[in-house]
Amino acid sequence: MQETTSTRVNALIDPSMHIWHYEVPVYLFLGGLVAGLMVIAGLWTLRDPDRPRSRALQLLPWAAPVLISVGMLFLWLDLENPFNAFRFYFTFELTSPMSWGSWILLGVYPASILLAWVSTPTDLRDRWLARLERVPGLGRLDAWVSAHVPLLATLNILLGAALGIYTGVLLGTMAARPLWNSAILGPLFLVSGLSTGAAFMMLYRLERREKELLSRVDMGLISVELLLLALWMIGLAAGGAASRAGLHTIMGGPYTAAFWTLVVALGLLTPLVGEWIEHRHSAVPARLTAVLVLVGGLALRWIIVYAGQHSGWVSDLASR
Amino acid sequence: MKRRQFIRVGGYGAAGAAVAGGLTTDWYGRYGNPTADPGTDGDRVVPSFCELCFWKCGILAHVKDGRVTKIKGNPKDPLSNGHLCPRGAGGTGLLYDPDRLKKPMIRRDVRGSQVFEDVSWDDALGVVAENFERIKAEHGAAALALFSHGYGGSWMKHLVKAHGSPNIAAPSYAQCRGPREVGFDLTFGAGVGSPENTDIRNARCLVLIGSHLGENMHNTQVQDFADAIRNEADIITVDPRYSVAASKSRWWLPIKPGTDTALLLAWMNVIIGEELYDRDYIERYAYGFEQLAEHVKAFTPEWAYPRTGIEPDVIRRTARAMGAARPATLVHPGRHVTWYGDDTQRSRAIALLNALLGSWGRKGGFFVPSQIQLPPYEYPGYLKPDAQAADRPAPSDYPLGDQVLAQGVCDAAITGVRGDSAIKAWMVYGSNLPTTLPDPENTYKAIQELDFLVTVDVLPAEIVGWSDVVLPEATYLERCDELYNPWWREPYVAVRQEVVPPMYDSKPGWWMARELGKRIGLPEFFPWKDSIEYAKTRLEAAGLDCEVMKEQGVIRGKPGPLYFEEGAVPEFYTDSGKIELYSPKLAALGFDPMPTYDHSKLEEPPEGYYRLLFGRAPVHTFGRTTNNRLLSEVYRENEVWVNRDVARRWGLEDGERVYLQNQDGKRSSFSAPVKVTGRIRPDAVYVVHGYGRRAPKLRFVHGKGIDDNELITRYKVDPIMGGTGMNVNFVTFLRAADVVEDEPAVDEPVVVAEEVVA
Amino acid sequence: MSAVSYGMVVDTRTCVACAACVIACKTENDVAEGFSRDWIFTATSGSFPNLAMEIRSERCNHCEDAPCVSVCPTGASHYGPGGTVQVTESKCTGCKACIAACPYDARFIDPRTGAIDKCTFCVHRVENGTPTTACQEVCPTKSIYFGDLNDPESEVSRVLRVREAYALLPDAGTRPKHFFLK
Ligand SMILES: Nc1nc2c(c(=O)[nH]1)N[C@H]1C(S)=C(S)[C@@H](COP(=O)(O)OP(=O)(O)OC[C@H]3O[C@@H](n4cnc5c(=O)[nH]c(N)nc54)[C@H](O)[C@@H]3O)O[C@H]1N2
Ligand SMILES: Nc1nc2c(c(=O)[nH]1)N[C@H]1C(S)=C(S)[C@@H](COP(=O)(O)OP(=O)(O)OC[C@H]3O[C@@H](n4cnc5c(=O)[nH]c(N)nc54)[C@H](O)[C@@H]3O)O[C@H]1N2
Ligand code: SF4
Ligand code: SF4
Ligand code: SF4
Ligand code: SF4
Ligand code: SF4
Ligand SMILES: [Mo]
Repeated sequence: MQETTSTRVNALIDPSMHIWHYEVPVYLFLGGLVAGLMVIAGLWTLRDPDRPRSRALQLLPWAAPVLISVGMLFLWLDLENPFNAFRFYFTFELTSPMSWGSWILLGVYPASILLAWVSTPTDLRDRWLARLERVPGLGRLDAWVSAHVPLLATLNILLGAALGIYTGVLLGTMAARPLWNSAILGPLFLVSGLSTGAAFMMLYRLERREKELLSRVDMGLISVELLLLALWMIGLAAGGAASRAGLHTIMGGPYTAAFWTLVVALGLLTPLVGEWIEHRHSAVPARLTAVLVLVGGLALRWIIVYAGQHSGWVSDLASR
Repeated sequence: MKRRQFIRVGGYGAAGAAVAGGLTTDWYGRYGNPTADPGTDGDRVVPSFCELCFWKCGILAHVKDGRVTKIKGNPKDPLSNGHLCPRGAGGTGLLYDPDRLKKPMIRRDVRGSQVFEDVSWDDALGVVAENFERIKAEHGAAALALFSHGYGGSWMKHLVKAHGSPNIAAPSYAQCRGPREVGFDLTFGAGVGSPENTDIRNARCLVLIGSHLGENMHNTQVQDFADAIRNEADIITVDPRYSVAASKSRWWLPIKPGTDTALLLAWMNVIIGEELYDRDYIERYAYGFEQLAEHVKAFTPEWAYPRTGIEPDVIRRTARAMGAARPATLVHPGRHVTWYGDDTQRSRAIALLNALLGSWGRKGGFFVPSQIQLPPYEYPGYLKPDAQAADRPAPSDYPLGDQVLAQGVCDAAITGVRGDSAIKAWMVYGSNLPTTLPDPENTYKAIQELDFLVTVDVLPAEIVGWSDVVLPEATYLERCDELYNPWWREPYVAVRQEVVPPMYDSKPGWWMARELGKRIGLPEFFPWKDSIEYAKTRLEAAGLDCEVMKEQGVIRGKPGPLYFEEGAVPEFYTDSGKIELYSPKLAALGFDPMPTYDHSKLEEPPEGYYRLLFGRAPVHTFGRTTNNRLLSEVYRENEVWVNRDVARRWGLEDGERVYLQNQDGKRSSFSAPVKVTGRIRPDAVYVVHGYGRRAPKLRFVHGKGIDDNELITRYKVDPIMGGTGMNVNFVTFLRAADVVEDEPAVDEPVVVAEEVVA
Repeated sequence: MSAVSYGMVVDTRTCVACAACVIACKTENDVAEGFSRDWIFTATSGSFPNLAMEIRSERCNHCEDAPCVSVCPTGASHYGPGGTVQVTESKCTGCKACIAACPYDARFIDPRTGAIDKCTFCVHRVENGTPTTACQEVCPTKSIYFGDLNDPESEVSRVLRVREAYALLPDAGTRPKHFFLK
């Protein structure tokens, strides 16, 4: 028998860590989604530089800077000392994923806005240019970006991937939280981000062929995501006592039901099956599956963020 | 660099201030990382001594911008040696307790109603003086009783003695260490006193009978205890509970509560039987060895086993360990020893065991203390009291009780208990009687019969709510007191100094006593201007330098020889001049001349009940600190310790809240969480004393945890000296969920008509 | 190995769990109400009456490989004097990454500032002529040792030489500089 006591009752830490609340998973979700949007938009641009696409698809890249702003608002809301946020940009900390993240975010803005600009339907773009005529240098900028679309697209793919991976690496490098401490979390969050990005796009009025393509890609992504989830959990199960205790939070512990129903069943398996059926019957992919993917993506981050805080080494301290 | 302390309103509310705060502190960030200084070092450091308990450790109080920022140990002080216990370190929590008494008050409704009016000192003292004089005129001076605990009480004792009453009681006698002093005095001709002359640090074998050092945080004893551990002393702890001390011991003897005397007798049986005792010492100094040897013959370890639950083999081996280390074997006399009503005899047994081991006056046993000669202040002599103390039914009762019994003085206020109730008025200084004297219903009954009750306190404790006049005292950090001149390892004098001026409208005790003295016609007993002049007069009479005293807080004298082997004179102030193993005095009074143990007198808990035991939490002193927000950060509420098997039988979960109800149907006012533990015997439960506070104006601690004292509706009085054995109650559990909450949880009216403080 | 490396050693054999170290730290360092930089941990093993209890006074371990420092995006968490781990309040955003990164849960947000607070090893004292930490100074059982681990003559080095010691969570790979004597 082990009986332990501690006099410590620090808020947010005891009896178990609960420092991050809804703001962080919402940010991670939006960050992942934006990553997906940027990568897909970039790939599409490279694949189809002459833009023979639906109007919705041409406008969608604008969602990236908008959503990342919303995401950053949540991130800022999470800061206990929000007015010191400028400190992120007074340094670059090589070992800090969060520092990488803040600089990546700084790149995400110009890259995604410029790609959105060049993707914008020509009629709209001309009208905007006419209205913004007095802004100096805009014409030159427009000319420059129009000439460098492939470069911009590549930049979006790279920054998007970085953004997607970093949201996972941020948690994955936390050796102190065994549930998070896995190299798989980076790729997992990236793939999940791509998948939510694709799902987000499917909410709009795209052409049938565009939707079918996205849905096919999404099926692949969901399959990879399931595989990565399995690898992540196998890794934890094969780890030490702390890892297994971490895994327990979603396998028998408090987050089990939420994880298996919201993330696995509703967020991954149902849309996978749905998309597969639509595919088999050459039906237009429905918005419902897309919504489920988005819900699943949010739930994945929500549960991992919350459950991970529940996992720790400290419980091990007793048993020495 | 000063800590930036802007307040974040809901995170972002104070945006303006926050931006300013964030941007003005080196926002450009090109600087390095300067070491931040919390800035708690004082611009003045005042030496004084502590009053968070009664041990009186020397402190250094840091004052910055008029605020006491922190309190440290005074390295020059021989009790603290520069270290403090948590309570001493948390004294600012008392000084800045927002619930402190702030103004003199007079009651304006029935007793206990807590309806008070703030008045001037002049009015309050006028009412007190008027009542003292009226009651003296009607019933004699002895009709006024003083209950006093704490060092500031010296002024009140002086006042009440001058007034002419012998009824001056302290609960630290009959509810605490009285039996020990009597038991040791009977044996060695001297008590162990306070601070005890135990040479713990040099002991090679240390025996603790319930003394829960480490939870009982008497600073020097704990320092010495750590030394004993470091010296790898053989430590034997006898306790029904796995105390912190037990966890540091080589031997833990989880004795059946109430049977310690049987164990002590069996130890003596082995020590004499196996000739482990100090023959030379006994021959030289002791009287009655033959009788003792004969007496303990029957008390074999096999005899003790079924009584104590301690296996014969363990008894023998521990006895041999004691014998092997003698005379550096200290069987600690304990301090709070009023347990079962046979406590003087148990203390005697401890004293006898020490005598056999030759530890009195020896290194690692009991050192010979010394004291600085400090002449008393010259007063006119006190008049002989006009009556005997009213603390016992007949003057011949409790014949060896050499101090006034607090519970007896309490009873003497109740009609029919002492003829036509002898006591009409109480003055209570620093003692919270409803949580201190057993059977609080009885205490409330006595209070209701009083003509007058005045309380001097620092907090709105239970007793305050029942008083007619409340006098708010300045805390120990805001006042000077009597000089401290203990008998100790080395002689010294310490001074309590005003660290900061009194807050609110509080006043030091010496001022109250003097003002009252003047008003009741005793000015000649208060000739000094203030306590500083008083102290100076005494110090100068002793040839001690007042300036040094002020600067250092203590003046140390030259230590005398500490042990017989170093030249200390073996003197025993008993009738025979020897260590009395056999006590002719006890025999003459009709008591057992040597301790015996009668197992048939030990009550067993009824089915489903458990013996209620209680003790200390290291961060608190009784209830006097449980409202201290700083100390309470570490320990907020007491728990009910329940043996794991018992909890399983009851289906009690760790942390589940229960009420306790005792054998007489008395239920605790409040509930406390259960601590399911292997650290206690299955036949007992344990709580830390000082919780379950009913006083509504102790806003922080009110209603937290369980008060052991409420459940002590029975006690056994020690026939030799009148101590109240309080470990004789049994309790059962009531799940908090099953207790109907509409019953009043408070046994005193809680009509809070106005705040105590304006 | 010649630079100063501050470390702390707590003797679990003499520590009595009194928490004087906690109270003294609070007043010395003006720690926010409701929070503590050090704390007392006890573990009782066995069952009645065969028990053993271990008592530890714990705090930030001032790890040599401190994950709290490596995750900090602003440089607020850094290695300070004597290899201690410190936080510069004016650089801290309160992002809490370091709280998540510390396997010992040694950090918290000071609600008055929104910045991280934790044990500093009292560098404001030890770097300015007072050789003791506040928790060490108060301790009635003298169970806390503090000093330069790189100086073989220091008290910490000496007790670590003669007594068996352990650090918490060696597997976490943080290389703590806070040891416990068995
Ligand atoms: N049930 C039960 N009863 C017990 C005990 C137990 O463990 N359980 N223990 C017994 C023992 S060992 C003892 S010694 C006694 C102690 O019993 P008490 O002497 O009653 O001690 P406290 O409970 O500390 O009460 C002290 C009162 O003094 C006040 N006070 C604190 N500082 C000052 C000050 O500077 N000036 C003034 N004027 N007042 C001050 C506090 O606010 C409080 O109201 O209790 C005994 N009674
Ligand atoms: N932190 C702190 N320290 C204090 C105080 C405080 O309030 N707080 N008060 C001071 C005062 S005034 C006093 S008098 C002392 C009191 O302190 P001590 O004299 O050390 O202790 P007691 O209160 O007599 O005993 C409590 C211990 O006795 C055990 N016990 C109970 N019944 C029995 C029994 O039948 N046999 C045996 N062998 N053990 C038993 C309990 O389990 C518990 O561990 O503490 C002093 N020190
Ligand atoms: S033992 Fe603690 S509370 Fe008592 S006088 Fe000493 S420091 Fe103060
Ligand atoms: S002050 Fe010393 S004895 Fe008390 S808990 Fe802290 S380290 Fe242990
Ligand atoms: S104990 Fe935690 S806070 Fe302290 S240095 Fe190590 S990782 Fe950082
Ligand atoms: S909370 Fe402060 S110290 Fe911690 S990682 Fe964030 S910026 Fe750094
Ligand atoms: S070293 Fe200083 S800051 Fe750290 S716990 Fe001790 S007193 Fe507190
Ligand atoms: Mo006591």
